[in-house]
Amino acid sequence: MDKLYIFLKYFFIVVWTVFVVAPFLWALTTSFKDFQSVNGGVTYIPWVDFEPNLEGWKVLIKSPAKGGVDIIEPYFNSMFVTCTASLISIILGTLSAYALSRYTFKAGFVKNNDITFFFISQRIMPPIVLSIPFFLFLSSINLLDSLTGLIVVYIVLLMPIAVWIMVDFFNKVPREIDETALIDGCNPYQAFLKVVLPNSIPGLIVAGMFCIIFGWIDFFFAFILTFTEVQLLPVKIVALNSSVTPWWSLSASALVSVAPLIIVAFIVERYLSKGNLSGAIK
Amino acid sequence: MDLVANNLSYKPGDQYHLNEVSFNFKEGNLYTILGRTLSGKTTLLKTIAGLLTPDNGEIEFDGKNFLKIPVWERNVAMVYQQFINYPHLNVFENIAFPLKQRKINQSIINEKVMDALKSVGLLGYENRRIQELSGGQQQRVSLARSLVKNAKILLLDEPLVNLDYKLREQLREEFKNLFSKGLADKSILIYSTTDPRETMELNGEVIVLDEGKVLQVGTAKEIFENPNSLKVAEISNDPPMNIIEAKISDNHIRFEGIDLEAPQHLSKLTEDGLKIGLRSSDIELNENGHEFEVELAEISGSETLLHLKRGDTKIIVSIEEVLNFKIHDKVKINFKVDRAYAFNANGKLASSPFGGLNG
Repeated sequence: MDKLYIFLKYFFIVVWTVFVVAPFLWALTTSFKDFQSVNGGVTYIPWVDFEPNLEGWKVLIKSPAKGGVDIIEPYFNSMFVTCTASLISIILGTLSAYALSRYTFKAGFVKNNDITFFFISQRIMPPIVLSIPFFLFLSSINLLDSLTGLIVVYIVLLMPIAVWIMVDFFNKVPREIDETALIDGCNPYQAFLKVVLPNSIPGLIVAGMFCIIFGWIDFFFAFILTFTEVQLLPVKIVALNSSVTPWWSLSASALVSVAPLIIVAFIVERYLSKGNLSGAIK
Repeated sequence: MDLVANNLSYKPGDQYHLNEVSFNFKEGNLYTILGRTLSGKTTLLKTIAGLLTPDNGEIEFDGKNFLKIPVWERNVAMVYQQFINYPHLNVFENIAFPLKQRKINQSIINEKVMDALKSVGLLGYENRRIQELSGGQQQRVSLARSLVKNAKILLLDEPLVNLDYKLREQLREEFKNLFSKGLADKSILIYSTTDPRETMELNGEVIVLDEGKVLQVGTAKEIFENPNSLKVAEISNDPPMNIIEAKISDNHIRFEGIDLEAPQHLSKLTEDGLKIGLRSSDIELNENGHEFEVELAEISGSETLLHLKRGDTKIIVSIEEVLNFKIHDKVKINFKVDRAYAFNANGKLASSPFGGLNG
């Protein structure tokens, strides 16, 4: 029975790994191909099946004047917008979540849970519903086609994630820890900064990771709210596609765009297993 | 420096958590708040700490209006029944936390923390993570953190309740030593508990609390000898005092066909609706006694608790040895009536073997 279990477990893991990793390997080999190798039948192994070349990668960094597409600027735009919006969302979201977790709000029939749900409802709504209001809003304050405008919109999209994760997390941090900090001479702000926050690092990391992922992969709003001045990476990658699909540079750019997320995931995974609240309350 | 409260009331919902509570706590004394779960003990301690604001009433400390001073400036210390420490700090940092908050010189902090560690018996543990400690050790850390501050008011909210039996005994002993070592000289110690035995052992001034109301105030001995009402008799005894509905006439106590000669302190009572109170330890097994049926027998430590029944009368007997009984066994018992209490129809003490009348 045990052996069967182990077999099934590993069988599943192997199948899933192949399922997830295979597209990356496919993209990796394709990125080193040229027109002939892509259209000349199924080939996998460089130097044996086909002659690899760096054309697909070179195109990405060449300026358009020299026949390239230059994804460097959109890359940094994406990074700037995602990181700034995530950071602001985490800061505002964490503060809101702490307030929602610890204090009782009441405005007519609106209570804490309703406020939390309002935040989440921003994510439940289909993005298309929000696109027109966002467009009109940004155009009225002259922020269409700008990094700042995108950051504002992304905060609206990312903050609910931060609030949602952090409310849940703070609810699990015993209130008595805050109270003990107050008794030990902290004012409420110090109690939050010195005691509650350091014990919420795993939650902050998870929330930060989700914000970065959802910010980084957004195509829809970047597509609708920018035109010529500012371009984000996902939009640029799609724009690569012209009359002839350049599979090699599409593959290369796809790999480049996924890379930061993979790196973030590997770093964060280590922190997530560390530090928990098990000793706070038994 | 007295801590004086006047008519504290707190009623967040339908029920009073505190109902007109008044007290006058004096420096250098230990006060035990005895009450069942949800009787308002924690609410009272949190109100003193400043974590809760009462709806009504005043608290004064050292002549100052305490309610106007925020928690973090009150110089109180509190130990919770859950073992509350800062999980992100190690043992040393946990204990040093309140001192660092006061921006005290590091060398003085080191010295004080080491002293505190020594007094709770945790020397050598200073670099451990909180998660690596047992429940008892965690509670010691939180005790050390409250000792190190030299707080004027030390609040202990059922600090032993979540520990296992052996640790509880051990730590209770240490508490007693700490309290008597002069720690209490300059502070007011307030200790809440559900356990009457703890109250007796700590031997301070006792406040019996129920449904947010103070039922009786007195020394442990006074509460034990003369509980002023049925409620107090129940709360201050574990197992609760047996209450028997009986008739007293012609120098005799009669119930369930049992006829006992009334002791002198009960013989003059004539009113109707009297209830007789008798501690479970004041009933003994006796071959020539009265027959009761065993409903349940539980062994607790080195004691056997017998739940007995005869007609409509149910009583609990504690026997200082481990005995095996089966349900529906018949046992014979004797009542030490000279140790019996009498309560009148509205639950007030009518007569006690120790001579107290109506508290």
